[in-house]
Amino acid sequence: MKSLLTILLIALTLISCNDETQRNYQYFPNMYESVPYDTYGEYEIFPEEQEALQVDEGTIPRGFMPYDYEDSAEGYDKAKEELKNPLPYTEANLAEGRQLYTIYCATCHGDKGNGKGYLVEREKILGVPSYDDQGRAITEGSVYHVMWHGINTMGSYASQMNSEELWLVDHYVMQLKDELEGKEPRAFESEKGTESE
Amino acid sequence: MKKTMERPFILKHFFLVFLLLFTLTTFSQESEAEAPKEESSQEESESGFGSYVPDVVANADPAKGKEMFNSLCAACHKRYKNATGPSLHEVTKRRDMDWLYKWIVNSQELIKSGDTQAVQLYEEWNKVAMNAFPQLSEEDMNNILAYVEQPKPEPKVDVAAAAPAEAQGGGGISTEIVLGLLAIVLLVLSVILYLVNKTLNRFAEANGIPVKADKPKGKPIWVAFAENQFLVLVSVVFLLLAVAWGGYGFLMQVGVDQGYAPIQPIHYSHRIHAGENQIECKYCHSSARVSKHSGIPSLNVCMNCHKQIAEVAEETQKEGQEEYGVDYNAEIQKLYEATGWDTSTQSYTGETKPVKWIRIHNLPDFAYFNHSQHVTVGGIDCQTCHGPVETYEIQKQYAPLTMGWCINCHRETNIKVEGNAYYEKIHEELSKKYNVEELTAAEMGGLECGKCHY
Repeated sequence: MKSLLTILLIALTLISCNDETQRNYQYFPNMYESVPYDTYGEYEIFPEEQEALQVDEGTIPRGFMPYDYEDSAEGYDKAKEELKNPLPYTEANLAEGRQLYTIYCATCHGDKGNGKGYLVEREKILGVPSYDDQGRAITEGSVYHVMWHGINTMGSYASQMNSEELWLVDHYVMQLKDELEGKEPRAFESEKGTESE
Repeated sequence: MKKTMERPFILKHFFLVFLLLFTLTTFSQESEAEAPKEESSQEESESGFGSYVPDVVANADPAKGKEMFNSLCAACHKRYKNATGPSLHEVTKRRDMDWLYKWIVNSQELIKSGDTQAVQLYEEWNKVAMNAFPQLSEEDMNNILAYVEQPKPEPKVDVAAAAPAEAQGGGGISTEIVLGLLAIVLLVLSVILYLVNKTLNRFAEANGIPVKADKPKGKPIWVAFAENQFLVLVSVVFLLLAVAWGGYGFLMQVGVDQGYAPIQPIHYSHRIHAGENQIECKYCHSSARVSKHSGIPSLNVCMNCHKQIAEVAEETQKEGQEEYGVDYNAEIQKLYEATGWDTSTQSYTGETKPVKWIRIHNLPDFAYFNHSQHVTVGGIDCQTCHGPVETYEIQKQYAPLTMGWCINCHRETNIKVEGNAYYEKIHEELSKKYNVEELTAAEMGGLECGKCHY
């Protein structure tokens, strides 16, 4: 009887050693924990204990251009009017734009851009307009503006894609719009022609 | 040996288990008693429109209106709640029909024309401009208004929602509790049996009744065992092997965190987001495409959708409470608290506090791993290393992340050379050298120390 009890006790201790909410034992963790600050780490000396600090306002890193149109109705109208896509409309760019569109936009806007994405069909998110909506009459500039700043319920996507990727998506969105309106597909530009500009 | 965190002793929880079990049973009885009342109240709510609704709207088709409302209006308006725009229910009571038509078709024009009502409304809602809808006919608008003016359905009193507190504590581990209780009962019974037997024997002895010996006493079994030297030798060998096996197994799992599933500050469910709603992995973990780190998404990504989704669907809520013991709606509220989002005014208060997620997958500092070169260049599925994440209610570590695991994959995986200009020449030369068409990561030098450990 006593031996049975000891076996049970040992089993209990072993089970309690195998706790999934805790990390396992480590043997002499010499260089396991970083001496420098880890990305997204938590350290007392930073405000709100966040290693990820905000950049000072107005600084411009290399390879980045600030976006000049402000987040307002006027900014939207201005961007809609005058902003043009700087990337050439090539097949490769369109394919890349399509990939990004599938990741970031298609869940709500639908694969065809008709506002019937998977989340809309499940009635999780409502009020997603089709790209050929006449009241909105989207242009290259307005699409970019909305992706950068967000509009009403839609949030900004500038944190998930950089500006070049946003322009790639822009190309694909305009192509979807043409498709929905039954227009002829735009002819591809050659990569070389734009490079000489 | 170093333990990274303090671990609780399991026995501490036994009392809690007992308490929980009792609370569970009492609560379930109460909720059963409440159940029949709800149905009657629900039926009553299915009445017609309010008396203020104009005839054109009352005679319109709310079903058609629903479709249009969902695609055109619902981005900013809700029927019974303020959103980006005001709640629309009873709007025909507040405004004139002609004014409404003009406003919907082109609100900006109406504001510019100096209409007092329009200007006042625009100012009141922080000058958020409403889109123009020139494509809507009066009939369309009537349909939409008919849908909008439908009376609010009585909120269903959810049995599970009525008592969220006790479900939160007990739901997820109820089977374990029952099994544990059964084991305890069994243990107690056997102890009692042993004690009763012992006392009876003692009584018998004290009263002078000879206890009947069942068998004639032979050699005790262990003496017989000790005398058989061959048997002793064999069992010693087996014992040594077992100890070696157990010891080696124990040592090999030191420092391996496979299956690690800590309790996060917000109960985030990959099952719902990536599984049921089929949101692409890279939607939230967008830096996996371009960076060494596949970061935890910042809260603005959460708010992309959760500005509009303040509550989960009723079935999801019920499922959460019954199967996982979570109140999903309360978890979304935690998100609003962190971002400082005020649902009543639909604006940010500016009071933020970061969510302190607990990192699960952790490599020691001396190993270099880069997500983008595996995800974007290598084209490896997320599930290969992180397991079927879209089925995980709580995130856990799927792979051991040991060095052997990395090396093994580098030996077996072919490099994606097609369509990558960088590999054109290398592939040609190396495939000639090794006389193979396809190259594994190992053959490209993927096993060299400096590649991962500098």
